[in-house]
Amino acid sequence: MFDFSTITNWIDELLRSCMAPWAVVLVEGLIIGVLLLLVYALIALALIYAERKICAFFQCRYGPNRVGPLGLMQPIADMFKMLIKEIITIKDSDKFLYGLAPFLVIISSMLTFGCMPFGKGLLTLDFNIGVFFIMAVSSIGVLGILLAGWSSNNKFTLIGAMRSGAQMISYELSIGLSILSVVVYAGTMQTSQIIAAQENAWFLFSGHIPMMIAFIIYLIAGTAETNRGPFDLPEAESELTAGYHTEYSGMHFGFYYLAEYLNMFIVSGIASLLFLGGWMPLHIAGWEAFNTVMDYIPSVVWFFMKTAIIMFIIMWFKWTFPRLRIDQLIKFEWKYLLPIGLFNLLLVTLMVVFGWHF
Amino acid sequence: MSNIHDKIKAILPEVTIEENGLSMVVVPSEKMPMVASYLSEKESFDSLVALIGNDWGDSLGVVYIIDSTKTNERVILKTSTTDKENPMLYSVVDVWPSADLNEREVYDFFGIRFIGHPDMRRIFLREDWEGYPLRKDYDVSPEANPVPQTNEHNADTTISLQVQPDGSIKEEERVIFAPEDYVVNIGPQHPATHGVMRFRTAIEGETIKKIDPVCGYIHRGVEKLAEGLTYPQTLHFTDRLDYLSAHQNRHALCMCIEEAMGIEVPERAKYIRTIMDELSRIGSHLLLYSTLCMDLGSITAFIYGFRDRDKVLDIFDDTCGGRLIMNYNKIGGVMADIHPEFVAKVKNFIKYMPKGLAEYHALFSGNIIARNRMEGVGVLSKEDAIKYGIFGPTGRASGWANDVRKLEPYGVYDKVDFEQVVMTEGDTYARYMIRLKEIEQSMHIIEQLIDNIPEGDYAVKTKPIIKLPEGNYFKRVEGARGAFGVYIESKGDKTPYRMKFVPQGLNLIGAVDHITRNTKIADLIAIGGSLDYVIPDIDR
Repeated sequence: MFDFSTITNWIDELLRSCMAPWAVVLVEGLIIGVLLLLVYALIALALIYAERKICAFFQCRYGPNRVGPLGLMQPIADMFKMLIKEIITIKDSDKFLYGLAPFLVIISSMLTFGCMPFGKGLLTLDFNIGVFFIMAVSSIGVLGILLAGWSSNNKFTLIGAMRSGAQMISYELSIGLSILSVVVYAGTMQTSQIIAAQENAWFLFSGHIPMMIAFIIYLIAGTAETNRGPFDLPEAESELTAGYHTEYSGMHFGFYYLAEYLNMFIVSGIASLLFLGGWMPLHIAGWEAFNTVMDYIPSVVWFFMKTAIIMFIIMWFKWTFPRLRIDQLIKFEWKYLLPIGLFNLLLVTLMVVFGWHF
Repeated sequence: MSNIHDKIKAILPEVTIEENGLSMVVVPSEKMPMVASYLSEKESFDSLVALIGNDWGDSLGVVYIIDSTKTNERVILKTSTTDKENPMLYSVVDVWPSADLNEREVYDFFGIRFIGHPDMRRIFLREDWEGYPLRKDYDVSPEANPVPQTNEHNADTTISLQVQPDGSIKEEERVIFAPEDYVVNIGPQHPATHGVMRFRTAIEGETIKKIDPVCGYIHRGVEKLAEGLTYPQTLHFTDRLDYLSAHQNRHALCMCIEEAMGIEVPERAKYIRTIMDELSRIGSHLLLYSTLCMDLGSITAFIYGFRDRDKVLDIFDDTCGGRLIMNYNKIGGVMADIHPEFVAKVKNFIKYMPKGLAEYHALFSGNIIARNRMEGVGVLSKEDAIKYGIFGPTGRASGWANDVRKLEPYGVYDKVDFEQVVMTEGDTYARYMIRLKEIEQSMHIIEQLIDNIPEGDYAVKTKPIIKLPEGNYFKRVEGARGAFGVYIESKGDKTPYRMKFVPQGLNLIGAVDHITRNTKIADLIAIGGSLDYVIPDIDR
């Protein structure tokens, strides 16, 4: 299997041979930043297209099919439109916070995006508290949403923001618990080591029942965390017009739009990292020939394939289920999901202690 | 009928009976509270069908059409006042709560103030409107009411006229929203109000404390306009009231005029009208399914409903040439014969639709989230449904069998076999399910008729200018979301003296505050979606 670190190391050595160490760090940081931003935007465009097409097929429609072949240029046209739209300033809004809020959301999503294991040797941020870092930076996003709702000087946005705050903080607990189960099982918080530990069998299979429970909890809570249907209460269109981002226009709105899609990607990416082995091919211990064949598929393809499957499931949720009510949503988390998660954590711990896993 | 007239005469000898098309009991205005409470308490006349204001030149007054839900009797009361400067009548709101918005409408159009009504504000027109438009001496010149350049400020207080212990009448101020209330405007531009309806909603957190509906954003003064048009010209207004039951509305107006003129409609036209009514009922209920699902966040279900509604509209398109505004019924029959492919297409649709319904149930009715959102939410008891005058499927979902097709059969409903679907839960889920069940019944009706459309004329010839004999006429049909009534008062001219459309939706709006009290904002959306009001029908 091709290791991308050969390329990155080569670039690193090349730069070091002609630059001072601090300049090397600076240049590498810039290159990686630009590359990540590029990939971020490209994935967002691809996701917008995919979502529109998939939802169209669920609904007996064609979806975008006018701009370019199969409507492929539609998201680019949309993005261009978004870029040239006027950013309307709201009377009596808190200008500073109003301007800051979308950036907080996009920063949070961008930082989490940096932790994605895109392929073998393609890990930007990899240190010993990797998973912990992901959880920390991903929770900055709720701040942006709360500030957006507060600073817009609109009652709908405020209600949307309050809903969002209650929802995201509640569901973060479940996400945390299911991630913790994986950490207990893997014995490490470092992203690369969690992936390496899944070389012979993905955690979803080797950890059998407790890991499956954790995976389901993660999927549900992750969908809630991204504010997507059936948990899209903060922006419930039919109730709050557009929730916390009602008053945003132009690229400010575009940031929320981008972040929403990328958060779906990030949640799916983390799910594949924690439960489906990240970029690790499907290996079955003992089946050497099978494993070698699987290794021929590039690691990047593996990662994106797993992520795409989980994203498809999340989209499937959204286009099938109606929306929950806020009290049902909170009740579901605190009365069912959280206790099950806690119990599952105990189960995983016992499993690890007594070695009940494969 | 005369039986109840005798009883009223026995307790109140001053009343006179006026026989003029409809026989009305003329009650002196100061005796109205006494007659009203007698009728509702002793004689179980509990359902106020219509409350019609009128200007008879020398006097202003109100006509009440009241039904008994137990005996299905009807009594029509009339009361008036000759004081045109400061007209006042006694309110019947404490006897029939559905009079609430109707009396406000009469105040808005005729300037009659009701003593004892808790909330005497205008309902459709702006609060700074000059004059009362349906009075005969109203100044219609644009200078009297120029297009306003300022925003309308809705007061948080209102006026109520109350009788003081010493017998005098005094204006009292009533508070709608206290200064500490957190009031959110849901509408007029809101995705879930299904049009330009506005709910001023006082909330506490997510819980609704009070709702004050604000109507009139699409008020076109249809009733005033109708007074200046000949009868055939008035027909086109009805399609534009409740556009989802365009056929039924127009059917009611045509029947009312035909009855007044004594025209016998050809059998073929009756069949066609009935089939069209049922098709538009299916279309309207499919729209309810779609929009309710969308309001609850299930957009896929919304598209499914619209996919099937389109098939109904295609059938209309062939025969009527329109998909929303049909212009199909006319006085004496229908405008044109049915399209050659009509029968085949309807049969195809009936064959197809059960599959669609099964799909809806699989996708939405059985969904756990959907059921949690709808079951037990916004319960309307049978008593309240009658009190607030909630006709149609919404009332039947609460257990009130009020189907006009059964009570006063018109068209060929007396020849077909169908079941009046009645549910008892009265919650949002019952209101949702009853629509899907009514689609099945409508298909059952069409099935019985579609092969038996008799040959013959589809309309009798009528003159372009029609003069109705002098008198009062009232006719009701079962619209898709309630009983739609037409009341015509004719002085023998070619234009109506007063034409009142009794809307299907006004009472639904009147009950919104009652149903949504102490529910969540999200429930208001679900309840509003299940009540299925259409704004142009309310505002007229």
